[in-house]
Amino acid sequence: MKEALVLVHRLGAHPDSRCWFVSWSPTGTLLASCGGDKAIRIWGREGDSWVCKNVLQDGHQRTVRKVAWSPCGNYLASASFDATTCIWKKKNNDFESLTVLEGHENEVKCVAWAPSGNLLATCSRDKSVWVWEVDEEDEYECVTVVNSHTQDVKHVVWHPTQELLASASYDNNICIYKEEDDDWECRATLQGHASTVWSLSFDPTGQRLASCSDDRTVKIWKEYPDQSGPGDVLWKCVCTLSGYHGRTVYDVAWCRLTGALATACGDDAVRVFKEDESSDPDQPVFSLAAQVTKAHSQDVNCVAWNPKEPGLLASCSDNGEIAIWRFQEEN
Amino acid sequence: MSGGTRLENANPVVFQRSGERLLTASEEDEDVHDPIDDREIFDLIRSINDPEHPLSLEELNVVEQVRVKVNDAESTVEVEFTPTIPHCSMATLIGLSVKVKLLRSLPDRFKIDVHITPGTHASEEAVNKQLADKERVAAALENSSLLEVVNQCLSTRSI
Repeated sequence: MKEALVLVHRLGAHPDSRCWFVSWSPTGTLLASCGGDKAIRIWGREGDSWVCKNVLQDGHQRTVRKVAWSPCGNYLASASFDATTCIWKKKNNDFESLTVLEGHENEVKCVAWAPSGNLLATCSRDKSVWVWEVDEEDEYECVTVVNSHTQDVKHVVWHPTQELLASASYDNNICIYKEEDDDWECRATLQGHASTVWSLSFDPTGQRLASCSDDRTVKIWKEYPDQSGPGDVLWKCVCTLSGYHGRTVYDVAWCRLTGALATACGDDAVRVFKEDESSDPDQPVFSLAAQVTKAHSQDVNCVAWNPKEPGLLASCSDNGEIAIWRFQEEN
Repeated sequence: MSGGTRLENANPVVFQRSGERLLTASEEDEDVHDPIDDREIFDLIRSINDPEHPLSLEELNVVEQVRVKVNDAESTVEVEFTPTIPHCSMATLIGLSVKVKLLRSLPDRFKIDVHITPGTHASEEAVNKQLADKERVAAALENSSLLEVVNQCLSTRSI
């Protein structure tokens, strides 16, 4: 293999606990992490090292499952098993709790900002996806509750440019939503995975969506114009990556800068796949470019590409650690 | 279980407990590395209390040594458990107790899979899926009343 994943740094981020998720700020200078210790930590680079800049505690009563930066980088949203979503505002070098979004019946599993920053989506074990509107006065109002899944909703993600939302569920399906007369509706249900779909990631253009599952596969879905009616969307599975992952694939991340696809797996490995550029767009071929089989000593829960520095990848694990990798391609 | 008083399986068949493990000379030798074996895993789970009866999972044949598979080199543990009746509503709780016991006892490197013995429960697939979902397991263990019930199953009973 010409490509390699080189370890840059390893941090004990959430000691004696699980690190569930990491998220880069839009400028790529800060990394937020969250975990089973109910805390959120903000990490920044100082010289060759990564240091903890802030610890956000007391916002949640239970595990913080996911964190998300607003597109402007001034707000951080956190989703927790305590059924709430916290919005934190960055002030100088500190974060203050701005508001708490309540409404889900139980564990909130994910939170995501739309590219405009005016919409926020949350999802929960209560099977629903909520869309919230944000106004100039930092007020949040729920505009829609959608119940298109029959089981827990594990993940929500927005299209990189359009107001299009995708969700992944324990019911093995993926739903795609669009706004219709002030209401968000499920416009397509993507069936194909044989077990829970844990995470989703759009490609840089938003024309394709990668999904990862407990069935140990990654699927690539492509949008096609639907003949049945204008405005309808049709997504077809154009590629399935099977045989690479030894256990549940918990996360997938598509690099906006390089197009590389990274996965986080319950077999402790981090893998990076590259698309064969000469392959047919309707039947793309992805091959394993690099992998670290013992990237962490326990399950890898999340992978995140730095949005500004090509090839810089963060991962986190059940052992409470964060690792930062450099994906190197040789030409 | 209606009202918590009527037992689903009022007269379960009770099985003989296995004897104590006999230690070999090499096992007692501190300088010899001995891998974790099936019997060791079985010893961890056989004394778990049944949530309904004052009996252990071994005495009810819910767990058996032949249904424990450990691979120390690969760091994997697989346990199959057999509910006493196919509609046992306690199946998830029993599975969760087995899983929690092993999570607490084994080194972190182990991947622990707990399943229902194939063909022995009406909701086998649903229970297996729930037990395999670590996010659901983590959330369940943050629920203090459920954690208390699990801890009761794992508490040592005076015989």
